[in-house]
Amino acid sequence: MPDTVLEVTALQRTFGTVRAVDEVSFALAQGGSLGIVGESGSGKTTTARIIVGLDRPDAGKVLLHGRDRTERARGRAQRLARARQIQMVFQDPYLSLDPRTSVQAALRETLRLHFPDIDHARRIAELLDQVGLGSWAADALPRRLSGGQRQRVAIARALAVEPAVMVLDEAVAALDVSVQAQVLNLLADIREQTGIGYLFITHDLGVVRCVTDDVVVMRHGRIVESGATAEVLAAPRHPYTRLLLDSVPRPGWDPRQIAAARRAL
Amino acid sequence: MTLALTRRPGLARLRAARQPLYLACLGFVLLVVLAALLAPWIAPSDPNAVDLGNVLAGPSAGHLLGADTAGRDTLSRLLIGARTSLIGPLGVVVFSTVAGVAVGAAAAWRGGWLDSVLSRSTELVFAFPGLLLAILIVTVYGEGLLAPVLALAIAYLPYVSRLTRSLVLTERERPYVAAYLVQGHSSVQICLRHVIPNIAPVVLAQSTVNFGYALIDLAGLSYLGLGVPALTPDWGRMVFDGQTAIQRGYPLSAILPCLVIVLTVVAFNVVGERWADQVARRDR
Repeated sequence: MPDTVLEVTALQRTFGTVRAVDEVSFALAQGGSLGIVGESGSGKTTTARIIVGLDRPDAGKVLLHGRDRTERARGRAQRLARARQIQMVFQDPYLSLDPRTSVQAALRETLRLHFPDIDHARRIAELLDQVGLGSWAADALPRRLSGGQRQRVAIARALAVEPAVMVLDEAVAALDVSVQAQVLNLLADIREQTGIGYLFITHDLGVVRCVTDDVVVMRHGRIVESGATAEVLAAPRHPYTRLLLDSVPRPGWDPRQIAAARRAL
Repeated sequence: MTLALTRRPGLARLRAARQPLYLACLGFVLLVVLAALLAPWIAPSDPNAVDLGNVLAGPSAGHLLGADTAGRDTLSRLLIGARTSLIGPLGVVVFSTVAGVAVGAAAAWRGGWLDSVLSRSTELVFAFPGLLLAILIVTVYGEGLLAPVLALAIAYLPYVSRLTRSLVLTERERPYVAAYLVQGHSSVQICLRHVIPNIAPVVLAQSTVNFGYALIDLAGLSYLGLGVPALTPDWGRMVFDGQTAIQRGYPLSAILPCLVIVLTVVAFNVVGERWADQVARRDR
């Protein structure tokens, strides 16, 4: 069993009367890849926001290398240390980049904050190369780039911090299918090279099958099933997981039957 | 993005739907600014030179736009007067924009009690007529441009701070702000480097509109004899001086400054509104 890098224990978050996240616990192995699957409103995005520190849990802990990071960061040093623990790639690459900031300026800003002493121009070229963008992209503004290219920039920006874990919140959902595959391949390559742990938040079982070792299935804020991706997808134990699998369109697929099964669940 | 600049009722219907009107207004604004900058060199004569032989003269070779009750050249006074008439509103706009953006951004970003305190106190200023505040301050501190400018800056601050607050509230919900937070940037840095530059065009459009209003208000104050000292050429002051000329049947020296004031205000309004429209339509 490899070391655990990220551990989440008994996370809880309620909005009013809605339990968005309820007793969620899981662990991510060093250099591993964990998928969190669920439909809209299952609490997976709230979980992601709590893990990166954009939201705080009502109860429970997020531990990175055994250290708690649920308390609000105090001071600059702690804020930077937190950022180097976990980075995030957001769903919509059209909105997660400042429309006024060029690719180069965005990366330089991050590098200047975290690594003020290195040669920024060289590192930017390295990062762009790592995500499969040429140096031509350096001067481009986000609006000049396609969705896939923007998402690569967002990945480069997350990599610039050299985090231990990267949270990818529906990171390919907004891209069209052929570009999705390219970006997923890129992410797999990066994981191989750097050993960064991935936390994939997604509703897409195809993505889970491609890039994750383990999977956690969430519904109504609770974990209904978890285990190795291959096992869970091959032999789902929980009816909800089976429903999710059946909901993927394919030949002979009957949406009415799915809807009926969903009501019955 | 919802964009609603605060405008006064009479001018609110004035929109630059057509390109020529906007271009004409932009041209007029540039002309006035240029005239103010170059006034000492292009003014045909000393604006305070009294020529009693030409009292209330009509347009002639010596006085292109005639002369006023004291025989002073109207064109020269208009040109030199553009300086005081524009520098005042500029001061108002600069003060109110800087302070308004700071107040609005702080209120929106921090929220909670700070938001309540700042929003309520700016609304209080809103309820108090700006011109009255200015008159009050001028009567306390006496003549001079600084007192009315400061008073009007405070009166105009809520226009800017309210707009900034609502813009920052929408802007901070954009994912790029969350992205920067996750990257470890401090809120202040994100606000200063990214949020404020992104909302700046709209705020500047509001400030351009405010410029026109500040110009009316300051001209009104000068007309009442408050604000600029008696001998300084100023459009509002010229209207006041021209009253007697109208009574004696020679309205030119009073009507011209009125016309310049109205045209300048309308031009600034149209230009500001047009800029706001362009920002709203721009694809992000």
